[in-house]
Amino acid sequence: MTAPLGTLGPMTAFQAEGLVKRFGKTTALAGIDLSARQGSVLGVLGPNGAGKTTAVRILATLLSTDAGHATVAGFDVVRQAAQVRRAIGLTGQYASVDEDLTGRENIVLIARLLDLRSGEAKTRAAELLADFGLEEAADRKAKTYSGGMRRRLDLAASLVGRPDVIFLDEPTTGLDPAKRDDVWSIVRRLVGDGVTVLLTTQYLEEADALADDISVIDHGRVIAHGTPAELKHVVGGQTVLARPADPARTEQAAAILSRVAGRPADSPGRGVVSVPVEGDDAFTEIVTRLSAAGIAVTELSLHLPSLDEVFRTLTGREAA
Amino acid sequence: MTVTAERAAPRRVRPRRFGLLRHSLALGRRSLLKTLRTPEQLIDVTVQPLMFLVIFVFLLGGAVSGSTGAYLQFILPAMLAQVMLVASMSTGVNLNTDIDKGVFDRFRSLPIGRSAPLIGSVLGDFIRYLVATASMMGFGYLLGFRATNGFFAALAACVLTMVFSFCVSWVFVLFGMLARSPGSVQGLAFLVIFPLTFGTSMTAPKGTMPGWLQTWLNINPVERVMDANRALMLGGDATGPVLASLAWGAGFLLVFAPLAVRAYRRRA
Repeated sequence: MTAPLGTLGPMTAFQAEGLVKRFGKTTALAGIDLSARQGSVLGVLGPNGAGKTTAVRILATLLSTDAGHATVAGFDVVRQAAQVRRAIGLTGQYASVDEDLTGRENIVLIARLLDLRSGEAKTRAAELLADFGLEEAADRKAKTYSGGMRRRLDLAASLVGRPDVIFLDEPTTGLDPAKRDDVWSIVRRLVGDGVTVLLTTQYLEEADALADDISVIDHGRVIAHGTPAELKHVVGGQTVLARPADPARTEQAAAILSRVAGRPADSPGRGVVSVPVEGDDAFTEIVTRLSAAGIAVTELSLHLPSLDEVFRTLTGREAA
Repeated sequence: MTVTAERAAPRRVRPRRFGLLRHSLALGRRSLLKTLRTPEQLIDVTVQPLMFLVIFVFLLGGAVSGSTGAYLQFILPAMLAQVMLVASMSTGVNLNTDIDKGVFDRFRSLPIGRSAPLIGSVLGDFIRYLVATASMMGFGYLLGFRATNGFFAALAACVLTMVFSFCVSWVFVLFGMLARSPGSVQGLAFLVIFPLTFGTSMTAPKGTMPGWLQTWLNINPVERVMDANRALMLGGDATGPVLASLAWGAGFLLVFAPLAVRAYRRRA
């Protein structure tokens, strides 16, 4: 991971302290703290209505706060909004592209608004469209794009100004797994270029795959913060799931899983056994023992707890 | 970790001069492209006014002016103003539709003047005025209308009407920012448009009206534009009404443009 030129050591790319936002009688944010080092990814994990989008909108200077303050790239989001806007890129929950314009026109417009000269704007647009695999569709109206293409165009549009900090508000919601992987690899590439990313998501799996740190928020408060490993530890690790090729050996497989995990195995479906495990060696151990016992499996996987499970553990209730 | 970053080496383009103008024009071009790609949006400035023109001329022409030809000469310069004001209304309606979409969020997150997206939309809608003018004047000519005061005077009337409508459109932009739905913008806008455009000498001579209505005509800024158009297209002293129209236009712009921008900022 390379830090941007001209910076010394790990520095804070953005920081929010005690943000409060009320809409009428609803409290969207009840004093939230968020921060990320330069070149890192902060995952903000929470259910619908937790306040994720509100927090992003405040950091992106779209919304004022009722209390607290925030800086992005060293600039105050209220007093130095113009400088903040020069340093950020924003991708909304819905792809915020203009459907009546072509992909190229969308990017060129943003480039012109960022003060690139006409020729530079066209070059930059061509660059980004190629980068995001949209060359062929570049001169078609965005209306005709698939969901995944729109999302990529939206991401490309938010990168026109080479931002230091980029806000991705649920960038994969509504995408199928292949398209989701596309977005993930784009995010990884951005981080490789030294960009700091704030990513909101409803999926622990996504936060785990991309984030250096995760803040779990609920009802406008941070209810847990840590690295993905720390968080998974808190919520009780992962679940191993095995499906023996021969259904008759399910019992035997269950016994092995129970022995390794030190707790009884479950059977979530016919011919399938699962058990929660802690520590990193359990999975390998299960693989070794199943193979030693000569039990062939058609499916063997390690699952992260779902957001529901995280919430049940952290709050003692179901995610809203 | 509370150290804040010193700005990284400038990788971005430095801000250039005349930003607001350039950004507004870029956004105006966007509105223009959108309109040209959905030409059905231009029905209210093409087919609709022509229908009204035909209805008025053939229905009322004989009764008011003694002949449809004379009435066409009487109504067309004034109706041009009416049609343009109706055209200016849709800027507000369209903005209301657009503003809650993600693309306006993106504009808000860019380092551009807060008013640029609004100015851009208003500028982009100049296409509507051009189309409205062309179709009114073209169709009027086919029906037999003649601008007896010369081409350039008639052109001046068209330009004056466009400028005035541009200024008044900020009233509807403000409505567009305040109203909850495009439908309510339209409802509200019609409440303003009807007394302004029909409370005039557009359809009948002022002398035939009751005193209180004549008083309203003396106040109504749109009546000044209609007077100016008649003088410019058919002859007569245009100076007074032209200056009055421009003064009113400037007034609308200076009051309502800042209010609209302020309302836009608050709406987030």
